[in-house]
Amino acid sequence: MDRFLFLTLDGLSRGAVYAAFALALVLIWRAGRIVNFAQGAMAVAAAYVAYSVTAATGSYWLGFGAALLAGLLLGAVVDIAVMRLVDHRSPLNPVIVALGLVLLIQAVLGMLYGNEYRPAQAPFSRTALAVGGTAVLSPYDLFVFAAVGVVGAALVWIFTRTAIGLRMRAAAFAPEVSRLLGVNVGGMLTLGWALASGVGALAAMLVIPTELGLHPHAMDLVFVSAFTAAVLGGLDSPPGAVVGGLGVGLLLSYVSGYAGGDLIPLAVLALLLTVLLLRPGGLFAPVTARRV
Amino acid sequence: MSATRASAPPHQHRAVDLVRPGRPVPTLIRHLAVAAGAALVVLLVSYQLDSYRNFQLATVAAYLCATAGLTILTGLCGQLSLGHGALMATGAYTVALCQSAFFDRGVTSGSVLLLSLVAAVAVTVTVGLVVGVAAARLRGPYLAGLTLAVAVVVPALTVTFDGVFNGEQGLAVPLAPAPQGLGVYFPHERWQLWVAAGATLLCLVVLANLVRSRYGRLFRAVRDDEVAARLAGIHVARTQVIAFVVSAAGAGLGGALLAVLAQSVSPGAFGLTLSLFLLMAVVIGGLGRLAGAVWGAFLLVALPDLTHSLTNLFTLSPAAAQRLEGNLPLAIFGATLIVVMIAAPGGVQGLLSRLTRALRARWPAGRS
Repeated sequence: MDRFLFLTLDGLSRGAVYAAFALALVLIWRAGRIVNFAQGAMAVAAAYVAYSVTAATGSYWLGFGAALLAGLLLGAVVDIAVMRLVDHRSPLNPVIVALGLVLLIQAVLGMLYGNEYRPAQAPFSRTALAVGGTAVLSPYDLFVFAAVGVVGAALVWIFTRTAIGLRMRAAAFAPEVSRLLGVNVGGMLTLGWALASGVGALAAMLVIPTELGLHPHAMDLVFVSAFTAAVLGGLDSPPGAVVGGLGVGLLLSYVSGYAGGDLIPLAVLALLLTVLLLRPGGLFAPVTARRV
Repeated sequence: MSATRASAPPHQHRAVDLVRPGRPVPTLIRHLAVAAGAALVVLLVSYQLDSYRNFQLATVAAYLCATAGLTILTGLCGQLSLGHGALMATGAYTVALCQSAFFDRGVTSGSVLLLSLVAAVAVTVTVGLVVGVAAARLRGPYLAGLTLAVAVVVPALTVTFDGVFNGEQGLAVPLAPAPQGLGVYFPHERWQLWVAAGATLLCLVVLANLVRSRYGRLFRAVRDDEVAARLAGIHVARTQVIAFVVSAAGAGLGGALLAVLAQSVSPGAFGLTLSLFLLMAVVIGGLGRLAGAVWGAFLLVALPDLTHSLTNLFTLSPAAAQRLEGNLPLAIFGATLIVVMIAAPGGVQGLLSRLTRALRARWPAGRS
């Protein structure tokens, strides 16, 4: 029972990161109908910025801030310099371009930092605190929950309570009408990319210290897990992404706890396959016919 | 509107252009003739080149199977697969396991390689069928995501089941030497080139015929407009599964040939990067044309070589040189892909056909 409790809490902490990353995917999907396959590589790039800043200044928090800033900037740059120029008539094109970005970003990171794992520092202890003799949560897990919670709340606030959030939703919902009403649709899309990429950078900063370390490919499997989480919740639904992320985190934690960590990739694939075959619209999809 | 488009797909207009006076040559004969010509060229070239170039050419042939298969799927049928690297791994590991099984039982004749290659294609087709059936209901980002998961997960499986696949170390592929009849000093690389080129040309003839057949037309109809295709009585899901299986067979053969060339397989060679590379090659070569797949395969082999000689021009510290050498081809590939998608979506082959069309317009057919 103790073990089950531990695995559950550990899974929720892992799931919080997947939720943040899935949220980033959903943000771009809602804004521009693109699944950003370069999200993982962009997030790793931001984490490398943090690594450099921390190495230069000795402060984790300066690096953390730099990563978020780099994430925001990178998202905006990718949208303005690349995605805007792509012909969006075929849905294949943005996906292919995003994959080109993956190759490019990972290769540049490999050239600058080398293709080896670098230790990533965690700001808090990762040993679990014991409550009544049971190992429960580590300070780092609490930090993860707090960070994801704050970002989630901030996103909700931006999208539901601010004028700019309203404009972003309008630009995504009805681009032509919004443009007529004076909304800068392109600018809103860029802002959406920046926000999503910033959230992705946060997720990378949170997840990398818990894995093998910093590597140009560090986010590959995290991306697949987060994509599974986003599909599980329905690509269109931010609350779905959070629930999906927590669900995937729990499942992976149980699989690695009871069956062995080697099986995690296989479990992700099996879950994705099951969801796509049984309920491709996700758990939260409204029942609609496919538009023809 | 869409229904009319499906009943007269664009390729029929092209077929009209191609009609020449006199009796038309059957497609199969024409393709066989081209293949025989190509085989002759490879044969002659294999005696001119040194061992290393022969090996490189053989690698091009191996990649060509996979890129041609991917061209059928992505270019012709409009489905994006990021999992072809994993399918190549399936073929490669099957060949390794089969060859080891044969050699362990003392069967060391050269002809068992043929059996192993057939087994590799069969196993990959089965895997392709499973993925294809799952994928046929998916479109756009969902299909890309699923195949991406396959590409990330399959190499990891070799570590999970390391009793069979021997983990990161991989397996050796025992091979019989070149036949005695060719002489004792016959270079091994030339023999490898013959095997790879033979298998690849066979594969290309089959695929080229498929492109020109009823199935090729079905694939294009599904790609251009699914709804119209369905209205015209085409079973869309079945057509997509067939395309996936055919392209999986190509990838399996390509992976098997790669394993035969390298005489070993390891998961590191079949990571996500390989899948992305294949897609890049197909897109840069020109989506939807088998000729584009040829350009792409050459690019896959030539680019690392070019960047290697490029980095040799500069004097770098060994560590920096190593970093640059591993990553520069990736960076160039990624950047080229983005530029091609934005500036010239037809790829190399698209540019070439535009050029020839422009030339024909300047010098009309009567004079050329």
